Amino acid sequence: MADSVASHTTTGSTPGVTKRDFLQLTTTAFAAVGVGAIAWPFIGSLAPSKDVLALASTEVDISPIAVGQSVTVMWRGKPVFVRHRTAEEIAAARAVPLSELKDPAPDQSRIRRDPWLVVVGVCTHLGCVPLGQKSTDAKGDYNGWFCPCHGSHYDTSARIRKGPAPTNLEVPDYSFMSDRSIRIG
Amino acid sequence: MGMGLHDSQVSNPVLRWIDQRLPVITMIQKEYGVFPTPRNFNYFWNFGALAMINLMIMIATGIFLAMNYTPHTAYAFDSVERIMRDVHFGWLIRYVHMNGASMFFVVVYVHIWRGLYYGSYKAPRELLWMLGVVIFLLMMATAFMGYVLPWGQMSFWGATVITNLFSAIPVVGPTIVTYLWGGFSVDNPTLNRFFSLHYLLPFVIVGVVFLHVAALHITGSNNPLGIEPKGPQDTLPFHPYYTIKDSVGIVVYLAVFAALVFFAPNYLGHADNYIPANPLVTPAHIVPEWYFLPFYAILRAVPDKLGGVVLMGGAIIVLFFLPWLDTSKVRSMRFRPITRIIFLLWTVNFFVLTWVGGKPAEQPYVLISQICTMFYFVYFLVVLPMMGRFEVVMKLPESISRAVLGAKASLGGGPIPGTAAAKPMEKA
Repeated sequence: MADSVASHTTTGSTPGVTKRDFLQLTTTAFAAVGVGAIAWPFIGSLAPSKDVLALASTEVDISPIAVGQSVTVMWRGKPVFVRHRTAEEIAAARAVPLSELKDPAPDQSRIRRDPWLVVVGVCTHLGCVPLGQKSTDAKGDYNGWFCPCHGSHYDTSARIRKGPAPTNLEVPDYSFMSDRSIRIG
Repeated sequence: MGMGLHDSQVSNPVLRWIDQRLPVITMIQKEYGVFPTPRNFNYFWNFGALAMINLMIMIATGIFLAMNYTPHTAYAFDSVERIMRDVHFGWLIRYVHMNGASMFFVVVYVHIWRGLYYGSYKAPRELLWMLGVVIFLLMMATAFMGYVLPWGQMSFWGATVITNLFSAIPVVGPTIVTYLWGGFSVDNPTLNRFFSLHYLLPFVIVGVVFLHVAALHITGSNNPLGIEPKGPQDTLPFHPYYTIKDSVGIVVYLAVFAALVFFAPNYLGHADNYIPANPLVTPAHIVPEWYFLPFYAILRAVPDKLGGVVLMGGAIIVLFFLPWLDTSKVRSMRFRPITRIIFLLWTVNFFVLTWVGGKPAEQPYVLISQICTMFYFVYFLVVLPMMGRFEVVMKLPESISRAVLGAKASLGGGPIPGTAAAKPMEKA
């Protein structure tokens, strides 16, 4: 009996490799594909759902924002800072040599149209909302924004200048619908 | 060894290190690897494993549904619709959960039927059986509360009718109902507590299933002949023989399940439950889910409120006493010619109860349900106690191997687990 089993399970060409090894590998491969196929919809269901994605753009009327003023709007559950910058603020942002910056980016690359600066108001360190939107807020050493959580200072182009944050405040995808309004997202 | 470590046989050094300190691998090998299992199982013995798989599917899909469900009367219905329309694969996860409940009851009804036919409830498996009845009761409670959560018309009115059953209890009934509701009607507090319990009870079921399986591994499995294995010639190691046999059943089960989910996901449901709950309008034809219909038929068979509730509860409570109601020493119906016929009629009777439970409460359905209810109880309370005394049973086989292998058993020709002849098959 033992002989007949051996001749059934050992293939001719490769010594030591049995039919059972082949079956085990194919079964394991099938099982892996099956587990993946079952996991797919469960993991997929964790992604942002269609109703969440449908709320992914926000329109902002910028006509009432005076020079030197900032507004905060909600976009995808996060604050977005829209600042109508003064000429001095723009000049200050453009006078800085790139070599001084932690995350080098010219001011022009961070705007779509002067004098507007639009950035996501979430500190790139650990996600707090930096101060600087209200005239009474601390604006930090560079007259932009200051994050009170861990002391990151942003300049008038919302670039990181001092503190633990690794990168500049993010510029969201947005476009000017007209001179009076923008659409974020 | 020594130092109080477990004497592990595992060869992989990392796994052995774990196994010496927490012998789970030894335990799995003992309970699911070499576990001696009667060699004559038929496919009815798949259904315990299928129920286990089904429970896992329900818990997995339920956890993901709960991530998107809102247990509030103002949002529940919409949150379920959002799952169906907006959440990626939400429709799939909900349909699997919804039809999984039906599959669960199919599987468990077959599992219970198997126990009834082959006498699996008899000594020494009485407690094993009773734990199973507890699981069945927990499943019914869980399914009922789960059906309330989408907050459709059937959810609301099903909850109203079923909770009102408790008002039949003399004196304290109405107070109990108020406490179930957390108010004076089925409303937001009811929905909140039902959601909480619907999430809790499946884990209680897991606990009782563990006890059910632990008890099973003390007595060992029953088998189609209903006689105990007398030695290694009557058994096979659980793995690979029954892991493979269970796998075949699982494939068939999943195919049926998938057909239901993908081709007829709402076939077993009620269209009315896609209408948001309205406390001012009762649907014209209100019936529970199909798996409750036999018991619903028993409830309606009695023209007395308390009597109906007592009989419906009694229809399940009687199962707890079954090990002592059935006085026959013979387990399997294969060897009980008369009781076998009566039990098969009882099975048909159960299907008739299911059918009549879905019909309106009018003649001739009421009469049919009364006859069927009578037969349901007569089987347990009269037939089984009497038959143990009067039935002439057939001669039981000498042993399982003798019955399975015939003359070959006496020649010692069958592969016996653990012997050299069986070894090459167990490689890998």
